[in-house]
Amino acid sequence: MAMRRFLSHKAAVASCVLLALMVLAVILSPITARYGVNEQVRKPPNTFLPPQKLAWFGTDEIGRDMYSRLIYGIRVSLIIGLFSALISTIVGCVIGAVAGFRGGRFDDIVMRVTDLFLAFPFLVALLVVRNTIGGIGWLTAIIGDKSSARFVVFLLSVFGWMGVARIVRGQILSLKEREFIEAARAVGATRRYIVRTHLLPNSIGPIMVALSFAVVGSIIAESTLAFFGYGPQAGDGGTSLGILVGAAKGAVQSGYWWIAVFPCFALVLISLAINFIGDALRDATDPRLDRGE
Amino acid sequence: MLRFTIKRLAWAVPTLLLVTFLVYIALRLGTDPLQSYLRANPRATKVKIAQYKSVNGLSSNYVLGYFSWLKNFVTFNWPRSIKGSREVWPALKDSMVNTVRLGSLATFVGVVVGLMVGMFAALKPGSRRDVAVNTAAFLGISIPPYITAVLFQLLFAVYWSRWFGHTLFPTSGVYPPGHMGFDLVLMLKHMALPTIVVAIQVIAVYSRYMRSSLLDVLNSDFMRTARSKGISERQILFKHGVRNALIPVVTIAALDIGSIIGGLIITENIFAYPGMGMYFLSAFDTGDFPLLMPWMVLVVFSTLMFNLIADVSYAFLDPRIRLD
Repeated sequence: MAMRRFLSHKAAVASCVLLALMVLAVILSPITARYGVNEQVRKPPNTFLPPQKLAWFGTDEIGRDMYSRLIYGIRVSLIIGLFSALISTIVGCVIGAVAGFRGGRFDDIVMRVTDLFLAFPFLVALLVVRNTIGGIGWLTAIIGDKSSARFVVFLLSVFGWMGVARIVRGQILSLKEREFIEAARAVGATRRYIVRTHLLPNSIGPIMVALSFAVVGSIIAESTLAFFGYGPQAGDGGTSLGILVGAAKGAVQSGYWWIAVFPCFALVLISLAINFIGDALRDATDPRLDRGE
Repeated sequence: MLRFTIKRLAWAVPTLLLVTFLVYIALRLGTDPLQSYLRANPRATKVKIAQYKSVNGLSSNYVLGYFSWLKNFVTFNWPRSIKGSREVWPALKDSMVNTVRLGSLATFVGVVVGLMVGMFAALKPGSRRDVAVNTAAFLGISIPPYITAVLFQLLFAVYWSRWFGHTLFPTSGVYPPGHMGFDLVLMLKHMALPTIVVAIQVIAVYSRYMRSSLLDVLNSDFMRTARSKGISERQILFKHGVRNALIPVVTIAALDIGSIIGGLIITENIFAYPGMGMYFLSAFDTGDFPLLMPWMVLVVFSTLMFNLIADVSYAFLDPRIRLD
């Protein structure tokens, strides 16, 4: 039922295909990318070439192929987005489930903290916490330097769980009053058992939706950080969508449109596609819609 | 009502203290105020350093340090900035005025347009205009503000003048460099692009909220009752429909202030608009503790206040909600 409803959402199916193509292009980057990430397309003069046969999407300020760099950039951004979304969804599920099931003081504190962080300007909190945990010696030994991709994943997970926790908590709160939970409790199921086998599996729909929005959120957050120069650094020849869009900031005043348009377009496509999938998932798994059919 | 408000206000004070204490610790760990002072003044004498530490409340005990900082802050004995040793308040005030101007204009435009568009879509659910509005709102939510800003810059800074021979909207600052005095038209022209960038986000969010909220209300029983009493459609829509639909929307409006400030920081930076965002980013880059702390207090304070306003206005608009 849910599957059929998801498939009837045409934009979401198209988005799935698009994302699959992107992931394929990224996995096959040795074949699909035409140049290395820091390779110049030809001998100088090669800077700011407009799109042409030699470089489909033009070249940047030191003559690197924008098309190949875009593929490498999408790779880093997708990895960061997926991993931090996964981590924050897992953490958010655990905290949200405990808060919703236990209630009481733990619930109060968690929800207060969540409210405060959700109301506070995200970018400011991100930057301040980035510097704060970046200064703790033993922690950076585990999660890497401030400019590494691992650190960015950790940082985004620190903030990502709150939205998920809130959704899971709401779901658990409404589920735990239902009869089948009462029945489970009556036959002597432990709390841990009820949460694991009844509550969490029954909340899988909202959790999936939250996961998909967390992926978009992290990709956009990563590129926002990189845009302002606080993201993963370009060392080791790596790049990310945020770095590419950030480079566009300086290039637009001189009218090199291809530097700005292609990375922006790629980022918008990714975020649109995942948002469509999330929307379709929500429609497909919403139990309120079941009655009508 | 009054009691509830006072109670919430009383709660806001310890919350403010707690959060600013956390911010104080985070900034001291994160930006290392002493290091950034030494970086700016490499030949500072011991006496100067000691003076800087005491006036900023940078003692090695964080709790004591916080309270000595707080004492200086409350008595308005603010330390000067590290970079250029400027007074902090005038800089903060100027940037605040600029941001409030941009933010309120963008929020106003965004909320008004968003509500109207949402109403427009909700009146004919499933129609072509509903689909169009939904798609547009979806696009608006999916596109991060800096992408819109960069593309606008490309369009207006470069291509507009190339195609049409004149600049329609300038893309940086509040006034052209060297301009003195007040000029409303010039200012509005400079504010047009940043306003649109922030407003697009607001419009997208509000039109969705308004649409779903109004749809809920229009399908409820009292609407049918009103109609059966023979009240005109227009009166039904505005007196019963829109009023009730606004209840949840207002709450979100006040809660959303954080994301609006966030959008402003990004937009201000791209359009070189001298507001709170530029202030924060430049102070954060240099680790300027004396500049950063008052900014943080102000932002935390306004976040808490808007939270409070959300709760109170919610209760005020919807008498079914019991306080206490």
